[in-house]
Amino acid sequence: MVEFFKNLAGQFAHNFIEGDRWQIILDGLLVTLKITLFAALIGVVLGFFIGLVRASAERNGKSNPLTWICGIYVTVIRGTPVMVQLLIIYFVVFMALPVDKAVAAIIAFGFNSAAYVSEIFRSGILSVDIGQTEAGRSLGLTSAQTLRHIILPQAIKNALPAIGNEMITLLKETSVVGYIGLVDLTKSYAIIQSRTMSAFWPLLAIAAIYLVIVVGLSKLLNIFERRLRKSDKR
Amino acid sequence: MISVKNLSKSFGDFEVLKNIDLEIKKGEKVVIVGPSGSGKSTLLRCLNLLEKPTSGNIYIDGMDITDKKCNINHVRRRMGMVFQNFNLFPHKTVTENITMAPVLTGKLTKEDAQKRALQLLERVGLPEKALSYPASLSGGQKQRIAIVRALAMDPDVMLFDEPTSALDPEMVGEVLAVMRELAEINMTMIVVTHEMAFAREAATRVLFMDEGHILEDAPPEKFFTNPDNPRVKDFLSKIL
Repeated sequence: MVEFFKNLAGQFAHNFIEGDRWQIILDGLLVTLKITLFAALIGVVLGFFIGLVRASAERNGKSNPLTWICGIYVTVIRGTPVMVQLLIIYFVVFMALPVDKAVAAIIAFGFNSAAYVSEIFRSGILSVDIGQTEAGRSLGLTSAQTLRHIILPQAIKNALPAIGNEMITLLKETSVVGYIGLVDLTKSYAIIQSRTMSAFWPLLAIAAIYLVIVVGLSKLLNIFERRLRKSDKR
Repeated sequence: MISVKNLSKSFGDFEVLKNIDLEIKKGEKVVIVGPSGSGKSTLLRCLNLLEKPTSGNIYIDGMDITDKKCNINHVRRRMGMVFQNFNLFPHKTVTENITMAPVLTGKLTKEDAQKRALQLLERVGLPEKALSYPASLSGGQKQRIAIVRALAMDPDVMLFDEPTSALDPEMVGEVLAVMRELAEINMTMIVVTHEMAFAREAATRVLFMDEGHILEDAPPEKFFTNPDNPRVKDFLSKIL
């Protein structure tokens, strides 16, 4: 028994402490967080506008070239794997440009996430009862005031849980950036393995780190949602 | 004050309103009754352009609101509307519901709007609900707040679209009481309703609509005792 734990401690030290190998994981984690954070930013901002364009076109029954472009964008992005998009962005779009790999990854994941986020916002906006719009307009508010003060606060509240889910998915999806040669959290295991000849410990550690971040994000979202729900109390 | 000329409205192939002509003067209390699908709500919603008429004109104080150059937002600020489903803003407190439009349209400062909201809440007997959210109110309370919200813009005319139809029976009275009070202070009112008692007591004119036409337009005394149109007699015999 004692032998077993000694062995365990030895392996742990060998994989993470000797040669400061934990530093490799930490560097990978920072790459993962950087890509996720900036991609999420692009995704939420761009997705919000695409969702708004598509929802208002649907509500008014009018479409224009902008709504078509947004529709095609969502169809193409959702219809192809994110990894293929990443490869296309890095190896085709930025082929001739000396762009940082992380920037390419941020753009690929940001644009991908925008398509999903836009669908979340679109359904969030459409889920607000049409009577809310009518009440706002009947009071003499402009359509912009009605949107800003009446529709969007309710739509965002409806959309928030799904947006949070999308962010969690995004964090985990970035684990394929190794394919364009970035060393993120996932890829850091390979470097440790090449030195220690053992994949078990590094992979376990990486899985645990992802789990901790996701659980943390979920907790944060819960707090957020609870604050937004204060008007539902009876 | 309101003048409707040759108004028609179709939803697809279905013609809901057929060449409606209607004059409403300041201070009149017009109640519109009729079977479901007769077009009464559509007519009311055309008056503030929540429904766009297919053809015809609507003049408010001489201004044609069906004209593209007319700024409908300015017209709507003078026409309050109360909906069947209240349509209170669930993410705002009662006071915020009431003050939002006067403040956003620049009609009142925030302080003045809050004072006015409290006055109006006292008038309908709900000052203690000022800081509540709509989810905590009963149907009757919600509708009274909705009336106050419309009144906060100091409208010249109030439109009521079946204001008591979504209420439990014991809550109808409190909403009708507020409406009666409005009628007494001589607010111009156009009310689509099934409440015949309200029509009889508070209306100055009762209209009967069926299949997109106004078939009867008479003072309540005549409407309920001796209507010209046989269809009205039939309708009244079924519901009274």
